[in-house]
Amino acid sequence: MQPAPFQGLCILNADMKNDVARDAGAAPAISMIGTRAMLFEAPGDFTMAHQRRIWALMDAAQARPDVQELIPGVTNLMLIFSVPPDSPQAVADWLRHAWDTLPERHIEGRLFEIGVRYGGALGEDLAAVSAHAGLPPEDVIAIHHASEYTVCAIGSAPGFGYLHGLDPRIATPRKTVPSLNMQAGTVIIGGMQAGISALTGPNGWNSIGFTDLRLFNPDRQPPALFAVGDRIRFYPESIEP
Amino acid sequence: MITILETSALNTVQDLGRPGYRNLGVGTSGVMDALALQVGNILLDNQMDDACIELQTYPFVLRFDAAATFAVTGIDATIDLDGRTILPWMVETAAAGQVLRIGPPQKGARGCLCIAGGIEVPVVLGSRSTQLRGGFGGLDGRPLEAGDTLKTTGRALDVAGYGALPPVTALGATADGHDGRTIILRAMPATDYGLFTPESQQRFWDTPWRITPQSNRVGYRLSGTPLELHHRVELRSYGVIAGIVQVPPAGEPIVQLADANTVGGYPRIATVIEADLWRLAQARIGTRIRFQECSFTEGVAAMRPVNAYLDDLRMMVTHYLTSARCRAGMKSGDKA
Repeated sequence: MQPAPFQGLCILNADMKNDVARDAGAAPAISMIGTRAMLFEAPGDFTMAHQRRIWALMDAAQARPDVQELIPGVTNLMLIFSVPPDSPQAVADWLRHAWDTLPERHIEGRLFEIGVRYGGALGEDLAAVSAHAGLPPEDVIAIHHASEYTVCAIGSAPGFGYLHGLDPRIATPRKTVPSLNMQAGTVIIGGMQAGISALTGPNGWNSIGFTDLRLFNPDRQPPALFAVGDRIRFYPESIEP
Repeated sequence: MITILETSALNTVQDLGRPGYRNLGVGTSGVMDALALQVGNILLDNQMDDACIELQTYPFVLRFDAAATFAVTGIDATIDLDGRTILPWMVETAAAGQVLRIGPPQKGARGCLCIAGGIEVPVVLGSRSTQLRGGFGGLDGRPLEAGDTLKTTGRALDVAGYGALPPVTALGATADGHDGRTIILRAMPATDYGLFTPESQQRFWDTPWRITPQSNRVGYRLSGTPLELHHRVELRSYGVIAGIVQVPPAGEPIVQLADANTVGGYPRIATVIEADLWRLAQARIGTRIRFQECSFTEGVAAMRPVNAYLDDLRMMVTHYLTSARCRAGMKSGDKA
């Protein structure tokens, strides 16, 4: 098994066309994943508005007695049932109706201000990001901490938050050869997404800095530091281009 | 208490898993062959969520530091208790100080060493399963090593020497007629099935796929002629569950399993139904598998014989324990 922890990252870039077939209609796509899971996918390109509607749907689905677990994705939601539903069609109809009628859920979220030690050995891909962007490292850093990010979804690794809000000027594709032992707390860029690595291990995203933040602690309640809807701002603690 | 005397990598404490935290990025973990663990727990009159040692590498040798009743399920292997041969799927009692040695399986891949009362490790986020990536659960969040000791809360049962018909016998093998060795797995077409070319869709079902050495608790990488999409797609991150069959750009499928990431982004062609996941868990590297298309209704119905098998076993064990204790002149439920 390939160890890359963030295999199959999502594309948040609003300019990037999603699968054409799915863009054709404005109706959501609903499919069964085996007998106990159902996937709801919002139509069209990524927008925060759609993501907020997914969060609204998540809230509503949480109240269903047949739902054991929910996995919010990027403009999609997976429902895992405790037993196979009697009528998947009835659940699908319920989801479509909820999608059509529920207002967007604006999560106020908490604001995290996170100090970053940019560059250096723990942000060794800063040069590559800089080269890809065609901007000096100082500009990449300034652009990175000028944005406010939103935790869009949590997944892949315990506590890892997919951050929306990266300035497209510093978007950088994942590396073809992943770093084998990236430290937990590394500030990273993968395509149009930003993040902070949650675990030490192989990672294909580009490292540009480091923070001491621990994103997950199973003994803490809640165990994950970030929740969906939280806002993140970075500020430079030090810069080593 | 038990002491691990000999083990290689990848043997861990697992129970039925840790559902409920995928929204925080925590995969379920849990035994790969949930059926084998359930059989072991039923045989030993355990709670269904009691934990076992899941074996993936052999030999595995341990010492019982106190008398304990146990069963090894999931595999057919040479099992030896201080020179005495023990059959898998059978309940046996070891005396304090006895050494149990489990050799490489002749059939199957993953053994469950179940002990009466279960393996006692702290419950973390609702489960005793080892979460290797997160480094928690099980024994300090890591694989077992020689010298480790594990607490067992149970007492030796007063009755032993009975067992279960292995699922492969009770439920039937689903081997392919052509060579008798290809394992058939029923699967439902998934979200992105329609994105594959008709030729690839057909080939996905028609041709066998080989389980490559890059296969483990995270997932199985399969080899075969690569599958093709109509056109390349970039999908947004979506939830992943055990059984999902993804096709990365290179075209060879991956079946996600117990330690899978909670989210993924590759196109999903199909999902192996829950009723057949244990067969995949016991399929070894190099084995050929073939996917057989099944509907939602068939997938749901497929769980019925599995549940009936477990219900029958539960009834049989209760009946046997009662009658054995009755014959021995004990009150029902008395412990020796």
